Amino acid sequence: MIPAAFEYFRPTSVKEALALLDHYKDEAKLLAGGHSLIPLMKLRLAQPRYVIDLGRVRELEYIRESGDQLLIGAMTRHVAIETSDLLRQRCPLLAETASVIGDAQVRNMGTIGGSLVHADPAADYPAAILALEAEMRVVSSQGERWIRAEDFFVDMLTTSLQPGELLVEIKVPVLPPRTGTAYVKVAQKASGFALCGVAVVLTIDQNGVCQHAAVGITGVAPKAYRARAVEHALRGQKLDASVTAAASAKAAEGIDPLEDLHASAEYRAHLARVWCRRALEQARARV
Amino acid sequence: MTRTTIEVTINGVRYRHEVEPRLLLVHYIRDVVGLTGTHIGCETSLCGACTVLLNGAAVKSCTLFAVQADGAEITTIEGLGEEGRLHPIQEGFWMKHGLQCGYCTPGMILAAYQLLQRYPDPTEAQIRHGIEGNLCRCTGYQHIVEAVRYAAEKLRSQKA
Ligand SMILES: Cc1cc2nc3c(=O)[nH]c(=O)nc-3n(C[C@H](O)[C@H](O)[C@H](O)COP(=O)(O)OP(=O)(O)OC[C@H]3O[C@@H](n4cnc5c(N)ncnc54)[C@H](O)[C@@H]3O)c2cc1C
Ligand code: FES
Ligand code: FES
Repeated sequence: MIPAAFEYFRPTSVKEALALLDHYKDEAKLLAGGHSLIPLMKLRLAQPRYVIDLGRVRELEYIRESGDQLLIGAMTRHVAIETSDLLRQRCPLLAETASVIGDAQVRNMGTIGGSLVHADPAADYPAAILALEAEMRVVSSQGERWIRAEDFFVDMLTTSLQPGELLVEIKVPVLPPRTGTAYVKVAQKASGFALCGVAVVLTIDQNGVCQHAAVGITGVAPKAYRARAVEHALRGQKLDASVTAAASAKAAEGIDPLEDLHASAEYRAHLARVWCRRALEQARARV
Repeated sequence: MTRTTIEVTINGVRYRHEVEPRLLLVHYIRDVVGLTGTHIGCETSLCGACTVLLNGAAVKSCTLFAVQADGAEITTIEGLGEEGRLHPIQEGFWMKHGLQCGYCTPGMILAAYQLLQRYPDPTEAQIRHGIEGNLCRCTGYQHIVEAVRYAAEKLRSQKA
């Protein structure tokens, strides 16, 4: 439980962090909240020679509104997202998701950027990030680019970030009127990680007809995914319990569910269908 | 490997040490500073026995490097009460039998401390949510919840 020795750097700006990343390349690891990286280092599953601590890069800690978008700095802690009045009003889905991550101590340290880049298949944010159609801004010494949520998660513990790139910002839209959202989760008892987590964004017009539906599911497959078949079954339909139930039945369609000692593949697929229905019902009730 | 100099304030006392960057905060507090009230339970970030307050926020000190805490104010269990004058949360654990072996207690009390700062009059659900990161193998939690509620009342009456 003692990590391998490393050399430690504590930059105070993105520019400084990028210079260090460029210099030490593969041998360096960025440290955000440390709540995925340090456990791995203690098990020596990760043994970086150089650790670049982003903890004092204050320019990456913010939540602000800009036009019809909300911008969140990568080093924003889970607790700040959970308790942000701005998010609670303008994008409650993200605040709700943050509130069920791990426990109070984990939420005090963990960051949204670290969670997204770590891309744990059982992490909570990816479901919401997909359902919100968020975009991620990454920078390197070569410049910057935006990555859409669906292109961000590539595989288990793998994102489309390239070596030398740093995630700096997450952009989510302010939700339109008549939109309801929900994040529900079945947690693995010991760790709190999701066996299945479902995030839903639903826009319904005055006549009860679904104008927009986006469903992100985490914990079930090697990476979080958009449940396209569910969304198709909802769009343009007048939503009632039978429509949402029929749509939810497609929640694990085309997915190869994970199987481990906590849950079989069959059970995970079952959880996806059941909790998709519950998330849809909750989001519908909140419109 | 190069060592790094850190300065921290623990329970109001300033410390300055040269440490290896890989030194975990909990080992720094226990082995370097010598405050052994902070316990190590699981070492895998799950049990919360190692909880301390870092600039007022409850954190698991086994999942932080000491160098990350450079410049911070830390409160450990030794910083709460005094000999013969318990902090209301400690008193609550005593009055309501919130402990048996006591191993989880320092971490539990610091998690409760943060909880009561955020919610001075917590519901039972808020108490249980607030101590979710702390495992107790003895009490079954019921007495711990009662201890926290006792402390909440006492703290509120002290303020009034
Ligand atoms: C007991 C426990 C329970 C948990 N329960 C849950 C849970 O229920 N749900 C959940 O979603 N998560 C859970 N987590 C994980 C937690 O949310 C982590 O905080 C999160 O996964 C990683 O964020 P971090 O800031 O701690 O990142 P770190 O651990 O510091 O970093 C993670 C990885 O991302 C890289 N990285 C970090 N920031 C950047 C950046 N800006 N740009 C590029 N790369 C970067 C690092 O190099 C590292 O590889 C739990 C963790 C613990 C210890
Ligand atoms: S010893 Fe730190 S969480 Fe168990
Ligand atoms: S009192 Fe024994 S572990 Fe909690």
